[in-house]
Amino acid sequence: MRPIKKEGIMEVLLVEDSPGDVRLTREAFHHAEISVRLNVAVDGVEAMAFLKREGEYAEASRPDLILLDLNLPKMDGREVLALIKQDLNLKTIPTVILTTSEAEADITKSYELQANAYVSKPGQLDAFESLVKSIGDFWLTKAKLPQRRQSG
Amino acid sequence: MSFQVLLIEDSPGDARLTREAFQGANSAVELHVAVDGLEALAFLDKGKTAPVRSPDLILLDLNLPRMDGREVLAQIKDDERLRTIPTVVLTTSEAEADIVTSYQLQANAYLSKPVELDAFEALVASISDFWLARVTLPQKNLADG
Repeated sequence: MRPIKKEGIMEVLLVEDSPGDVRLTREAFHHAEISVRLNVAVDGVEAMAFLKREGEYAEASRPDLILLDLNLPKMDGREVLALIKQDLNLKTIPTVILTTSEAEADITKSYELQANAYVSKPGQLDAFESLVKSIGDFWLTKAKLPQRRQSG
Repeated sequence: MSFQVLLIEDSPGDARLTREAFQGANSAVELHVAVDGLEALAFLDKGKTAPVRSPDLILLDLNLPRMDGREVLAQIKDDERLRTIPTVVLTTSEAEADIVTSYQLQANAYLSKPVELDAFEALVASISDFWLARVTLPQKNLADG
């Protein structure tokens, strides 16, 4: 019954500096039986290098979906979001804010910067797993995403 | 608390299916329907001065009479007071050009309508679960703060 979206595994870029949250996210995708390749960038500079395929990321895949924390070292999530949405090539990648912040200023600012959605991380493990499942169900099985490449 | 959803859809059949699917998904949704782009913009314009009428979520068909969905999307995302409202394209088109154009115009998501009823209901349930239960939406009424 699961709709076939496109060939191959879905690529997700998680921009997150907390190793614990990275691990939880990875496990939650696994438990939800959603096949993803989860690439992790631990700060904003690394995220932009990955997206622009600079340096060690020359061979990086274009993500189908970006999950972006707001509070990050080196370059924060608001700036990463602004750079993604100003870039003609990158702006079509759905970028979902996934953060502990529930501050109205962060929510409004993120939507103004054209975040595709803003999601607060719940504190409880069960709620976090169910959130990742919902993100996966909507974005990776229901939403139509731009094609990454013309593959033969 | 109920969610205000603006459905911009010219097919009465699809509007009815969407309404029934939201009821089935058990969402507290108040569904407003605009049958073309001009009616949609007029509805949104009223919401600017009466914040309670602003939708929490917009579901937008692309092929509409009088003003098409791409133009409606462009106008929403060009308007400082409307651009923060999540706007999800919901259309029969699966054309790559429509998908890319919609994301370029900053549609929050792009969905194609399945033809089978079960799949359509599952889609609306997923919209309801993600957008109305998980997502933190911007506050509509700044005067409340």
